[in-house]
Amino acid sequence: MTEGKPLADTFPRLLRERVRESGDRPAVREKKYGIWQTWTWREYDLVIRIFALGLAEIGFSRGDKLVLIGDNRPRLYAAMASVQCLGGIPVPAYQDSAAGEIQYVVEHAEARFILAEDQEQVDKALEIREQCPFVQAIIYDEPRGLRDYDSELVLSFDSIEERGRQFAKRDPGFLDQEIDKGSGDHTAVILYTSGTTGTPKGVVLSHNNLIITSRHAVKFDRIDEHVNGLSYLPMAWVGDNIFSFAEAFVAGFCINCPESSATVMQDMREIGPTFFFGPPRIFENLLTMVMIRMEDAGWIKRTMFHYFMGVARRAGGRILDHQRVSVLDRLLYGLGQVLVYGPLKNTLGMGRIRIAYTAGEAIGPEIFEFFRSLGINLKQLYGQTEAAVFITMQPDGEVRSETVGTPAPEVELQIADNDEVHYRSPGVFLEYYKNPEATAETKTVDGWVKTGDAGYVDDEGHLRIIDRAKDVGKLNDGSMFAPKYIENKLKFFQYIKEVVAFGDQQDYAAALINIDLEAVSNWAERNNITYGSYQEIAAHQQVSGLIEDCIAKVNKDLAGDSHLRSSQIQRFIILHKELDADDGELTRTRKVRRRFIREKYALLIDALYSDQQHVAIESEVTFEDGSKGAVSANLQVFNLQTLQSTNEPMAAAS
Amino acid sequence: MTEQQAGSVVLSFDNVSISFGAVTALSGVSFEIQEHEIVAIIGPNGAGKTTALNVINGVYEPTGGTISYKGEVRKRMRPHQAAVQGIARTFQNVALFKGMSTLDNIMTGRNLKMKSNLLMQGLYWGPAQREEIEHRQVVEKIIDFLEIESVRKTTVGRLPFGLQKRVELGRALAAEPEILLLDEPMAGMNLEEKQDMCRFILDVNDDLGTTIVLIEHDMSVVMDISDRVIVLDYGRKISEGSPDVVRGDQKVIDAYLGVTH
Repeated sequence: MTEGKPLADTFPRLLRERVRESGDRPAVREKKYGIWQTWTWREYDLVIRIFALGLAEIGFSRGDKLVLIGDNRPRLYAAMASVQCLGGIPVPAYQDSAAGEIQYVVEHAEARFILAEDQEQVDKALEIREQCPFVQAIIYDEPRGLRDYDSELVLSFDSIEERGRQFAKRDPGFLDQEIDKGSGDHTAVILYTSGTTGTPKGVVLSHNNLIITSRHAVKFDRIDEHVNGLSYLPMAWVGDNIFSFAEAFVAGFCINCPESSATVMQDMREIGPTFFFGPPRIFENLLTMVMIRMEDAGWIKRTMFHYFMGVARRAGGRILDHQRVSVLDRLLYGLGQVLVYGPLKNTLGMGRIRIAYTAGEAIGPEIFEFFRSLGINLKQLYGQTEAAVFITMQPDGEVRSETVGTPAPEVELQIADNDEVHYRSPGVFLEYYKNPEATAETKTVDGWVKTGDAGYVDDEGHLRIIDRAKDVGKLNDGSMFAPKYIENKLKFFQYIKEVVAFGDQQDYAAALINIDLEAVSNWAERNNITYGSYQEIAAHQQVSGLIEDCIAKVNKDLAGDSHLRSSQIQRFIILHKELDADDGELTRTRKVRRRFIREKYALLIDALYSDQQHVAIESEVTFEDGSKGAVSANLQVFNLQTLQSTNEPMAAAS
Repeated sequence: MTEQQAGSVVLSFDNVSISFGAVTALSGVSFEIQEHEIVAIIGPNGAGKTTALNVINGVYEPTGGTISYKGEVRKRMRPHQAAVQGIARTFQNVALFKGMSTLDNIMTGRNLKMKSNLLMQGLYWGPAQREEIEHRQVVEKIIDFLEIESVRKTTVGRLPFGLQKRVELGRALAAEPEILLLDEPMAGMNLEEKQDMCRFILDVNDDLGTTIVLIEHDMSVVMDISDRVIVLDYGRKISEGSPDVVRGDQKVIDAYLGVTH
């Protein structure tokens, strides 16, 4: 980018820039047949152009939408850019959605074209054909099993490319004319939010939204073309759109697509990304895995690990923040680097990380500190789809686990009277697609957006998020009740996977608990506890003791907080089944759907607020293929002591 | 699949019998298997299904009758020859090398196609190196096809049973067979694994054009994926035809439910 010349304001123009400046640098890698195969920016550009022409040939025109369903594949990323070249709009959908959810997106976006990764996704697209007769072409990337499909409607990516090549011969100038018609304020993408309530909303983001925020972010954390990213999160998620697409185009770095969703960890080790993004649960899983393996290791390794992790806790984070550290600690940390941290980071595939982000949910302070103490520059950021991700970011040297940082460049922040966080930024979305009421509800005329999150700015100017604004309620004694805050505190224990806390308009707080099968079964193995099924281990006497200890610790913590003392959990139930997105209990991004659970498990909630000791329940489960079954269980309700202040026990509930 | 053009006969049994001492495992069984079809052999326990497969791939020598393979009457036969002629199989209880990785197990399926000798392979030099790379490419395509990338380097003994079955199928495919014999491919699998396996069998038949002969106890699977079903009972063929025909055949119902004669 040279001074004076206007900056590229659309993705196709950015692509021209990339080809001109770094055409021979790697743009996308994919592991195929066991080997990493690379496209340079020049090759990437060629695929994008040819596919764009092929699309034009089959009738795709300005304003048309292409729904993409599939894993992170180079061709799917390329297709997004192809569509943008033609002035169309890519609409990525979650690859694990059922046909009904896809139908909503296709219908609402009025998409005439669908790009499906493989047979599984093509089948979904075909399933909704009757409801969406306007769909004109279903294009697939992976041909396996698709040979006998209707060739009028179902077309291969290769055949579109073939048409594109013919077109290019006939009219070589066409595509550049189309690209020149584009403008920064045109729509670049529509992202359907999975939403914890109601039907999904299509967030319309412009080229400017994505490109300007990406430029700021890239500059903020000094991300350049030498960076290597891993593209493994759903393409329908704004995070992937920014980190695997927009920032890659802006900074010119290379993204790596894993072989399959099951091989991400191995692929990560092979690639050694320098740039990594993951929701907290990914980091949580990694930590759980490390801890479990260390428990199983020999005593020499275990002792060494615990000793040097102690050193890292003392010195690691401070070294990363360039703070003062004693000479002895510095030496010990160096030794630990050779003996423990280095090999450990290598195993995790994090040996080369320069910058890692976590967002989407609160991350446990221990998890966060663990990675930072190893010397991995993990930062939190706060954002949402409506902002093209970035609202706040953590500057180097000011990284905290309990806050999410200061406003990102050009972002204005405001806390409303009801504690809700509002912001205004260049990333603010254009509108919710075909939903002016929702747009007006969320976005004011002068561009301020309501996040729906409650929070406050601390003395150092860092934002702290407490909960969803609408979820913050009151207990009957009038004190504040923030369910998410309590749930997160509980979820930080490795044995607890999911929690749903209740308390709004009740006399006390109570919770439904999901055990973490992996951690609990490992613990059970070490304690010689046998079990046959999830249900059996969840109902085990000693497991409930384990969970009770976790809750008691949280209660003790809460007792020390004057605002939240009344929110101590007095009764809880351990669920007999895992909460699952297929049963509608979680969103596709694995967030709890509170209202749905309140209805589905009304029986259990009633039991929590009575003096029953047991409750029988039958609930429906959905298998991965969509068929349904039922599980029934007799669940125990547990009581807990609550504390007046930190050391004084109060009468137990009921 | 069912609409597929009826290919020419690739294998035929003409009045085949085999007995072990006083036990007659097959007596006077005749059937034909056509190219590109999926044929299921079913029948109650001890009906002679596995024996039939063992005869096809040359483990057992029939005591009577003739077998023709691709139009030629077969003489003495050994499993090795059957493999060379393009017949591969999987077993009721998986028979993999438990201590070797998925990749290496499937690689053993390429053994017949390797030309370089042991010494050259050991030195990994010249033509042997080129050959190894070629074989590895074939194997990688199979790994991709069966979606077992995540366990490529995992020792097979550590894999769950369903995946081991898939690896075994992979090894059979590595020989690029014309006929694939599957002995209870779904045994011991849960619903999801069964559905996956069905899909792989159909894909093999469809994409690679392999003829498939399978033994299976799960009737819903058999009726779903086979073009034709052969029913054996006490070593005799009692019925043959499309799944619908066989399902309605009184003799088959009797054989399964048992009748007093």
